[in-house]
Amino acid sequence: MTHATATADLMGPPFPAERGLGVYNNKLGMWVFLASEVMFFSALIGAYIILRFGAPGEWARPGVVLNIQVTAFNTFLLICSSVSMVKAYAAIADGDQRRMRFWLLLTILGGATFVSIQLYEYVHLVERGFVPSGVREGSELAALVANGTLPAATMGLYGSTFYTMTGFHGFHVTCGVLSMTYLFFTKALPGKYTKHDYRGIETIGLYWHFVDLVWIILFTIVYLI
Amino acid sequence: MTSVAAAAHVAPAHHAERSFVRRYIFSTDHKIIGIQFLFTSLFFLLVGGLLAMQMRWQLGFPGKPMPGGGILPDTMAPGGVILPEYYIQLVTMHGTFMVFFAIMPLLVGVYANFLIPLKIGTHDMAFPRINMWSYWTFLAAGVVMLASLFVPDGAARAGWTMYVPLSARHDLSGASLGQELWSVSIILVGLSSILGSLNYITTVINNRAPGMTWFRLPLSVWALFITAILGLLALPVLSGAAIMLLFDQILGTHFFDPAAGGQALLWQHLFWFFGHPEVYILILPAMGMVSDIIANGSRKPIFGYHSMVFAIIAIAFLGWIVWGHHMFMSGMNPTLGSSFMVSTLVIAVPSAVKTFNWLGTMWRGNLRFTVPMLNAVAFVAMFVIGGLSGIYMAATPVDMFIHDTYFIVAHIHYVLFGGSLFALFAAITFWFPKMFGRMMSERWGKVHFWLTFVFYNLTFFPMHILGMAGHMRRIYDPTQYDFLKPYQPLNEFISVSAFLLFAAQAIFVVNFCWSLFKGQKAPQNPWQDNGLEWSLPSPAPHGNWATTPTVYRGPYEYSSPLVAEDYLPQYRKLPTDREPAAAPVAGH
Repeated sequence: MTHATATADLMGPPFPAERGLGVYNNKLGMWVFLASEVMFFSALIGAYIILRFGAPGEWARPGVVLNIQVTAFNTFLLICSSVSMVKAYAAIADGDQRRMRFWLLLTILGGATFVSIQLYEYVHLVERGFVPSGVREGSELAALVANGTLPAATMGLYGSTFYTMTGFHGFHVTCGVLSMTYLFFTKALPGKYTKHDYRGIETIGLYWHFVDLVWIILFTIVYLI
Repeated sequence: MTSVAAAAHVAPAHHAERSFVRRYIFSTDHKIIGIQFLFTSLFFLLVGGLLAMQMRWQLGFPGKPMPGGGILPDTMAPGGVILPEYYIQLVTMHGTFMVFFAIMPLLVGVYANFLIPLKIGTHDMAFPRINMWSYWTFLAAGVVMLASLFVPDGAARAGWTMYVPLSARHDLSGASLGQELWSVSIILVGLSSILGSLNYITTVINNRAPGMTWFRLPLSVWALFITAILGLLALPVLSGAAIMLLFDQILGTHFFDPAAGGQALLWQHLFWFFGHPEVYILILPAMGMVSDIIANGSRKPIFGYHSMVFAIIAIAFLGWIVWGHHMFMSGMNPTLGSSFMVSTLVIAVPSAVKTFNWLGTMWRGNLRFTVPMLNAVAFVAMFVIGGLSGIYMAATPVDMFIHDTYFIVAHIHYVLFGGSLFALFAAITFWFPKMFGRMMSERWGKVHFWLTFVFYNLTFFPMHILGMAGHMRRIYDPTQYDFLKPYQPLNEFISVSAFLLFAAQAIFVVNFCWSLFKGQKAPQNPWQDNGLEWSLPSPAPHGNWATTPTVYRGPYEYSSPLVAEDYLPQYRKLPTDREPAAAPVAGH
């Protein structure tokens, strides 16, 4: 593809072109994609709200099934990884490739750790008898249902909504981690990001912040309330 | 026609040779991707039609052995007699294939891909590789959906609207894998749509050629752009719903299971919150392309261009707040029903604005009844009928009687076939030369048009009468009800008309296929149209233009007093034209 005139600023809008939104294509595309992701999570979260508040009985109390302490640490970790993402962005905006690579690596590690801890929690929950269809017969949690600590009528919904919402969030985090890893090895390490073109960092950064924001909402409405 | 100066501005690009596979199979060229969507979707249109033919056999001649039915297994049609379990699969899959794999991809997958970069003056989409993925995801979804027809226990069978609990519970429906494959396929088709939409939106916002301001965009581009926004925001809701349905089917979750506290109505809300914007996705691109074709065929500017744009935006916006009109009979509070009734009636207004504007465009125009123009005018007339029946349904007290009857089926088919499909016949014929470098046969196009128009009306108009009489949807054997027995001759008449309608499409298929290889070689601008795409050779080359074209005016300068010809392309520079303001350089 060729353009009519030279020296296009890659961090600006496409050139030559009519006045669009003043941002380069990757960034605009990511914002547009995130709009669709908002709708997707709204469908899942909306279903959760409707099912919970229309439920035929009490909802399980916070902390009985899910481990709030561990997940709170995980939330903190994810928020920190958003901070390290911003540090990476600031570094490359200044042209400092070494610092950018350091902070990007930290972000990847933070995200990977988040997913690992979530997976560990899932395994633990399943062991205790908490599955997408509810509580398994004869399990540790089934005993809590039997003695009234957990409400029998709504555990099916609890399992369905918990695993679907956090599962898809975890899937999105995993995709983010994989994308950042791919970019790290194919672009960041060979020095392809410079002060004049760091579009990839900004674009993936947007995605990462979104994933973090969704988690903050999920943590609040699933674990805390 | 092009002056030397115009030709120099719009010189086509040339690219280094690539392998056949990279150029035509795994291509990132938006035009090739559009053509891939075209061939694949036309195939699925045929599949949908074949399913309908079987339905019409059963409805017209209930319990009689179907010609050719011997090839079907005994689980579907022993001795060629369609079983009720198979009939309901036909109904479900006809709707599914037609909506998701024929009309939607034909309008959006084909024409958003093919037209947008050409009509806004850029070399390709903003994200060519994502565009390629959008096609292959679509194909995968189609293969999965097709496979579901052949699995043990058969295909999904809860209607294309897939209401729970019938769709979620194998013990109720009798289907198992087929039902799950439907869910998987829908998730994939949603993904394809979302990937496509994000490309179309980014490209239209950011990659318009200098001089192509928002209000110089052709209405086809406006419509495709707004449709892309609808798709971007609506399809994820369907994906979410389909995921919840799939999990209920295979993971034992309880989203829609009342016995465990779930809500069957939740599915309806999620589905129709997607479903109503979806039907505007199925009509808006057709409206946009028809606007371009009618202006061209009338040799007049579009009447009320700005109001046409605002009408598209209004329809798209209002489309989000009417979904309850699909659920009037679900037991909702009548006050809620009234609010949906009001919003649904309001949405008729911008559609009416567009209809009058099309008429205003044609009024005293120098009408050229070419095949595209004939089909486009038929679109307007048939869409009006479909829209009028919609008014009946919008009124909640009336809908109480006609909900789930053939009145609804008549409405759907008047807007989707009479509307979208006629628009597609127009669009396919109109842009065929730019896609393939050849013209379709004008004579056979006219034969196809008239036969289709007659048989289509004979097939679907009587359905209004059936619906008023109380003939319900999705029913296997109408003659089981005494009150429907007098209408059986009408059912038979509809079926025969449908068979003739289907047969008439052979003319289009032959015309299309033959013209691909033997059609008259197309000139650069056979329709004497104003769009940017006609500044390129037919077919358009890879990369479109070598240098970005410049746009000097809007798209509908037909019969302009400034020039001798009756058209004045957007890219042609007159001595009185100024260059557009310099495109932004470092706009942060």
